Formats: sequence, C-alpha cells, structure tokens
Amino acid sequence: MIRTENLIKSFGDTTVLKGITTEFYPGKTNLIIGRSGAGKTVLLKLLVGLHKPTNGCVWYGDTDFFSLDKKAVRAIRMEVGMLFQASALFDSMTVEENVRFPLDMFTNMTPKEKLMQVNSCLERVSLEGANSKYPSETSGGMQKRVGIARAIVLNPKYLFCDEPNSGLDPKTAIVIDELIKDITVEKNITTVINTHDMNSVMEIGDNIILLYHGEITWRGSKDEVLESENEYLQDFIFASPFLQRLRARALKNS
Amino acid sequence: MIINRFLAHVGRYFQLMGTAIARPEKTSMYYRETMRQMNDIGVGSLVIVVLIAVFIGAVTAIQFAYQLQDSFVPRYYIGYIVRDTTIIELAPTITCLVLAGKVGSNLAAEIGGMRQKEHIDAMEIMGVNTAAYLIMPKVLGALIMIPMLVAIAAFVSILGGYLATVPVGLISHAEYELGVRSYFVSYNIILMFIKSFVFAFILTSVPCYQGYYVKGGSIELGRASTNAVVFSDILILLFDYLIAVVFT
Repeated sequence: MIRTENLIKSFGDTTVLKGITTEFYPGKTNLIIGRSGAGKTVLLKLLVGLHKPTNGCVWYGDTDFFSLDKKAVRAIRMEVGMLFQASALFDSMTVEENVRFPLDMFTNMTPKEKLMQVNSCLERVSLEGANSKYPSETSGGMQKRVGIARAIVLNPKYLFCDEPNSGLDPKTAIVIDELIKDITVEKNITTVINTHDMNSVMEIGDNIILLYHGEITWRGSKDEVLESENEYLQDFIFASPFLQRLRARALKNS
Repeated sequence: MIINRFLAHVGRYFQLMGTAIARPEKTSMYYRETMRQMNDIGVGSLVIVVLIAVFIGAVTAIQFAYQLQDSFVPRYYIGYIVRDTTIIELAPTITCLVLAGKVGSNLAAEIGGMRQKEHIDAMEIMGVNTAAYLIMPKVLGALIMIPMLVAIAAFVSILGGYLATVPVGLISHAEYELGVRSYFVSYNIILMFIKSFVFAFILTSVPCYQGYYVKGGSIELGRASTNAVVFSDILILLFDYLIAVVFT
C-alpha cells in the first residue's frame, strides 16, 4: 500500500498540491482524476520520487520514501514499474531490448531466462512476435503495451501509469485499461493511474480521488460516481450535455 | 546575478560528476556502453582527426619554411619545429577543439533528447543511476580513446609536414629527418598526454552536463548543444593555458 500524508508541493510562489492525504491499495486500480492543471502529474511524480515534496510524506508500506538514502530509494524503485504518457520507450532499441533492459541492468539471469521472461511479458500484453520491431515501427497502442511489458518485467509491487489512454482510440483505450486492471488483480499490484479518461473512471476505478486546484475534493469508487452529488465531480465527469443526459436517464432508470 | 548563476552551474556540474562516479549496477552493461562510446568517439572521429592533422603539419611546415627564407637558421629546423609545436600544442589542442564540436554536440543532443523524451525519468524510476550510466561510459570512453587519437594526430601531423616540404623540394628527406630527431625532450610527450586527458574529460563531461539538465523543447536542445561546444572550447583553451603555466 502507498500512503501520502499532508503532501504539499510548491513551485516558487505557486502551490500546486495543498496537503494531499490519501491511500492507494494493493490489488486495486487507484485513479487520480482531475482537470488539466489540477496537479495530477505532479502528485504522480511525487509518488515515484521524480519531484521532492515541499512538505509531507509518501509511505511505501511502512517506509517513508523521502527519508531514505539513495541506495534504499533505488531498492524501492526496483519494485516500481511505470508507464509514461508518451511510453518513453528507448527508440534505438528493439521491443525485446526495451523490455529486457531492466533484466539486463538488475538481474543475473542467463540470456535464455531473460528471453523467456521477456516473451512471457510480451505474451501477457498480446505482443507475441514483436520482439525485433523498433518503437517507431509500432502503433501508439502497441507502444503502450510494450511500456506495460517493460514496467512489469521485474514483477513490481507498484505500478504507476501516467495517462495510459492519451492519444489512443476508444477501443484501444479499453484494451489498455482492461490489461492494466487484469495485471493489477493477477499480481496484487498497487496500481496508481493518472487519467482524465471517463471510460477508465467508469470501467476500472476501484479507488478514485478527484483533484481540484491541488486538493482532494471527492473520493470514492466507480459505483459511487453516478450517485454522487459532488458538484466538481459531476462537472468533471459529465462535462458534455450528452453525458449529462445519459446520467439523468441512468438515475431515472435506477 | 551572473556570478550567482555561474556558481550555481559550477556547483551542479560537480554534483553531477560526483553522482556519475558510482559503483555500476551491472558491470557488463557499463562495459558494453563504454565499448560503444569508444567506438563512436574514437573510431568515429579517426578520419576527421587524421585529415585535420595532415593539414596542420603541412601548413606549419610551409609557414616555417617561408619564415626561414633568407635566414641563417638551418633548414632542418623545420622538422624540429613541426614536431614540437605538434606534440606540445597543435595535436592535443586542435584535435580536442575539433572533437568538442563533433563529439560534444552529439553527446549533448543524445542526453538532452533522452531527457526530453522522458527516457532518463524512465531509467530513474527503474532504479538506474542515470548520471552514472549515461555519463561515466562516455567520459571513460573518451579518456581511453582521445589520447590515442591525439597521438595519431601528432604522428600524422609530422608526416603532413614531411609531405608538404620534402616532395616539393623545400627541404631534403635527410634534413627533415634530422630535424625531427633533434633536441627531442620526452617530457613533451607526457605534456601532450596530460593535455589529452584533461581535454577529453572537459569535452565529454561539459556536454553531458548541458544535455542532462536540458529543459523545454527543440530550441532549448539546440541551445544546449551549442553551449556544450562553446563552453568546452573555452575551458579547453583555459586549461591549455593553465597546463602550460603549471607544467612548463
């Protein structure tokens, strides 16, 4: 489990996060949602240690992440996988080399064992046979899946996804969502997803926090979204008139 | 303000270099990367270094022959001057100034591109010491290969001086050979290698620093690349002077 305690982050005079206290649970897809500029990406970067907080703590289990020395931070990071918004695949490496990179760097596996592990991860994300392709030769959806394969190759305890559906068509976005959800449950990973994709919220949101101007204004699960009267949530989720009509109809039927 | 910014850069540069000198997570990965850099920096620069060295030697020899016209200085001094100016100054300094342009801009663009495409963040999150993995092999590769390139440049320069003067009859083969063999001070070779090592470190570490901390987009990347070359060149010339003062 990951826990944040009164997390504050300022850039100069601007305070982006104003005291975030929340928990992210294992085996569940934990979603951070909010409008652009709400502080989602900053919160995610704080969770993985790419930013340092101005104040507050991030707990990985019983360990205060920001009180650790560099060696201990690296040890925790080996339990972390991350899927970036733009995938961040190493473009001069093939798909296989990308997925194998963490194994090459941190394990003493034989080449045969590495290949087996890489193939099993590629198979898990339905990319069998794509080993020798370069990222530039693959579609956006495939790149996301390679990113997921690379993120899970070391069997992480924690998986972070920064807008995993951005730039994907709705069908592919659903495939990616389902893949992340399945892997989370299968491996009992603490998955934290930063998104503003409404399908994701309604399909895989086990534990959702809504950020508004750097504060948590709502928390709950996908099942509670429809019933919630929270003004910010409704304004965010059902932004278009079409979705507002759908919600009204759904509430009427229920 | 400018001094504060300068000091902040110097502090951050030394901090980065401190982080870069660390025990590798996996020696084989660093070894492979160092080999790649040795190939890129060393073998990849051989042709341009040889080409420049030939002309440096040739021009030095012809200029000196011109200055010796109608003088009482023995003509074999052409070989002597070409050898010493090449070894002490021209081979290490000109070669490294050229390499700062070729290798330096390339390194800054490579690391800067990785920063902008979040490759460095991805590696950090995996637990990789990115400063060490991205910088150490490059610096190490340069420290091994650049002194070799400079030695080759010195040899080729002397050969260039020969080709520019002997076949056209400005000086005889025996005179040039006598000049090259005269008053040889082996300490000059040590000086050449001291310069090569220092310049090699500068022309890789400064561009790596520029690339590692790049922000923004393609304009900033281009600026970082330019800064890498400019600052490397300035530092090479500054350290050339300091080495000359301290070691001679």
